[in-house]
Amino acid sequence: MSRAKDVLLDPLFNKNPIGLQILGICSALAVTSKLETVIVMSLAVTFVIAGSNVSVSLIRKQIPNSIRIIVEITIIATLVIIVDQFLKAYAFGISKQLSVFVGLIITNCIVLGRAEGFAMKNPPGLSFLDGVGNGLGYSIVLIIVAFFRELFGAGKLLSFSILPTTSEGGWYLPNGLMLLPPSAFFIIGLLIWALRTWKTDQVEEEN
Amino acid sequence: MLEHYLSLLIKSIFIENMALAFFLGMCTFLAVSRKVDTSFGLGVAVVVVQTITVPANNLIFQFLLKPGALSWLGVGDTDLTFIGLICYIGVIAAIVQVLEMVLDRYVPALYNSLGIFLPLITVNCAILGGSLFMVERDYTFAESVVFGFGSGTGWALAIVALAGIREKLKYADVPEGLRGLGITFMITGLMAMAFMAFSGIQL
Repeated sequence: MSRAKDVLLDPLFNKNPIGLQILGICSALAVTSKLETVIVMSLAVTFVIAGSNVSVSLIRKQIPNSIRIIVEITIIATLVIIVDQFLKAYAFGISKQLSVFVGLIITNCIVLGRAEGFAMKNPPGLSFLDGVGNGLGYSIVLIIVAFFRELFGAGKLLSFSILPTTSEGGWYLPNGLMLLPPSAFFIIGLLIWALRTWKTDQVEEEN
Repeated sequence: MLEHYLSLLIKSIFIENMALAFFLGMCTFLAVSRKVDTSFGLGVAVVVVQTITVPANNLIFQFLLKPGALSWLGVGDTDLTFIGLICYIGVIAAIVQVLEMVLDRYVPALYNSLGIFLPLITVNCAILGGSLFMVERDYTFAESVVFGFGSGTGWALAIVALAGIREKLKYADVPEGLRGLGITFMITGLMAMAFMAFSGIQL
């Protein structure tokens, strides 16, 4: 039982996919200017990782080794198409805001990395937990980044006014830099710094 | 007419830089930028693959997937855009594979210098992203050639620049927790800010 718990909880802080493994950064930066899009994106990615992990794990003994990458990518692409069509049907506005980034979940290295590194060697149940865990680890980082960017950039959270901005008669002068893409880099950089000060074993050797 | 393509080229290299404005291909961008040599090799590979795959996917989109695109087969109203993603990634994987074999056979020197980077390119988001942007913006075939080349070049430029900075960084005294990944994020953020200076340019 403890193994299952480790598999589920390790990716949150100990082996965070973004903080330690440098996986899945592309989408982490581009969609984080608003909390709403980030939540949708996190759900989509978690669904795809968990789904692809289970499917790959179920047929892991049948996949010929030489074509496994193609098989994995096909499974992932199918799941992403399901997500894409679902979003277009039920959340068209958000789907438009995410634009190409839903499609880019296919090449999100976390998904392929977990399919290749974990699901190919482990039974479906554990793979499912691993997928959910990594999805959550990814979501946590994204949500923290988006929280700061939307709060300080626009004075809002989920489009509710928290800090009333001067343009709406309040006192808060929004920091425009936060809405611009480079701020995501700074926030993730600081986040990694904080994480590694807390868990010192993740510090990289000087080379 | 020429002016249109030239401005598209400049736009895709500098103003809408794949790496620093859209953050595509970030995983490889941060992981393989330790040395200028290797990142230059990867950059060249991306330019080559991007220049071939974007136009190829453009043809697939125009003649197979677009609503009503199958009319040349006598089938009128078809809309296959929903299987687009799987087609594009398939085309990219296939082209990378073919390119690898062709280079191995005819230009072994280039093949050896690109080494492991060619197969890695299949999962580089910048490549798939290029194709998706091409579809979203509805480029013509000629435009897609220019866009493919330009976006690849922009990405290569960015990774070589970052590798240059990181090589110098060896002599800097970075706080412990920030070493490696953390400081790389900061540098990329500063570079992205510098590249935003281009965004005011009207073409």
